[in-house]
Amino acid sequence: MCLGVPGKVVSVDGQVALVDFFGVRRETRLDVIDEAVGPGDYVLNHVGFAIRKIPAGDIQETLSLYEILLREAGGDMMADDVRGEIEASRDAAPEEAARA
Amino acid sequence: MPETLARDDVYELKFRDPVKARALTAAIERVLDEIGRDRVSVMHVCGSHEQSIAKFGLRSALPRRLSVIMGPGCPVCVTDMPEVDEAVALALDGKIVATYGDMLKVPGTAMSLAEAEAQGGRVEVVYSASQAIDLARGTDEEVVFFASGFETTAVATAAVVLQEDMPANFSVLSAHKYIPPVMEIVAEMPGTNVEGFLAAGHAATITGSAIFERFVERHGIPVVVAGFEPLDILAGLLKLVELIRDGSAEVANTFPRCVTAEGNRVAQERLWRVFRATGGNWRGIAHVPNGNLRLRDEFAELDARLRFDIDLKPLWGHAPHKLLQSCICGDIMAGVAAPSDCDLFGNECLPGNPVGACMVSNEGTCKIWHQYGGHPEL
Ligand code: SF4
Ligand code: SF4
Repeated sequence: MCLGVPGKVVSVDGQVALVDFFGVRRETRLDVIDEAVGPGDYVLNHVGFAIRKIPAGDIQETLSLYEILLREAGGDMMADDVRGEIEASRDAAPEEAARA
Repeated sequence: MPETLARDDVYELKFRDPVKARALTAAIERVLDEIGRDRVSVMHVCGSHEQSIAKFGLRSALPRRLSVIMGPGCPVCVTDMPEVDEAVALALDGKIVATYGDMLKVPGTAMSLAEAEAQGGRVEVVYSASQAIDLARGTDEEVVFFASGFETTAVATAAVVLQEDMPANFSVLSAHKYIPPVMEIVAEMPGTNVEGFLAAGHAATITGSAIFERFVERHGIPVVVAGFEPLDILAGLLKLVELIRDGSAEVANTFPRCVTAEGNRVAQERLWRVFRATGGNWRGIAHVPNGNLRLRDEFAELDARLRFDIDLKPLWGHAPHKLLQSCICGDIMAGVAAPSDCDLFGNECLPGNPVGACMVSNEGTCKIWHQYGGHPEL
């Protein structure tokens, strides 16, 4: 429940953004973020809400960490948490990895 | 990340970068030499920190003189039994209880939510507070969102509560907890001897690092905000022992990529518009003044505690699980005991069949130690 997972904003519709989390796209609410976000920005997502826009210079570092967590073999709780956070959304339509 | 790097290279590079890690531990060692005592104890209050520390074996890489204790850093573990009982009672009473998956196995007085479900109770796992609302929109039945988590997660609940066109059959049973006050409790506990805190990065994203200024002033011990990669943690620990050495009680932020001094003001405003801090028990720890987040009076209509007459008596007729009486989770989270001090650890108490809450959650100390083989040399 506690992790924050970074994702890339694909589109924004009012208070809801479509965000790409390592190839899984899902909706994230923008009610509590303190900066304007638009397509291409990266946000830190916590239980379905964006809580912070990730500064451009830090994106690579933050993403690599999660890439690694995602690839970790099963039985790793931290990786499980990240995977759970990303996959938990029921309405999510898994799509092709859209990573740059 | 460049595709040309093999997984193992990246792994080394980011997580274990042995050169950097060694440089950091050597620096910590030097500072401890300068301090010159044979024990320096610090506490972190983040389950994600503990996962990194245990997983990457940081404790064994760190000088033995430095004791890194995990405090009450997991919201699931500190959810009090009566709070679980309330959710169980509602589920058994036919309300749909929506909650985060981590909460299912947390023991209540008579049973956990998972057990209530097995007995015909209505329980739905949600990933987000918005999903709980969607659930309510799709039915005429009462949906109660059993909301747990620290302030970071409470912000999401607040945002949902503030949404317009709230379905009339939706309510919130808040078990949200607020971290700063419990640091005060732990700092004052006899026998804890915590000389500095490593504060949790994600919670501070919302509250800002400045929230710890008052604590530092009052208790005269330093607080360092740190991220949860191993190198982040080592860097945070280095800063912390430096501050201890210099006798400077101040707040330092070694996680600037996610945390600013003032935090996320929009989120704070939402949080405090919806919630007020009130005293309450944290499981196994103590009564924590201002440690619980409850809905403000303006949102009384949405408060499941007010909407329903929750009858706990049938549950309290049962004595709690006998083994639960020997669970020492509280001492572990207060930093005066380790999981290996518990007779049940790895015997009667296992992740598949947890006795105490610390064995339930992925952020619980007992579960983490069980998973990663514990700590050889505390
Ligand atoms: S809420 Fe965030 S900061 Fe707290 S334990 Fe969970 S991950 Fe760590
Ligand atoms: S091992 Fe189980 S019973 Fe012992 S302290 Fe941990 S959670 Fe409690």
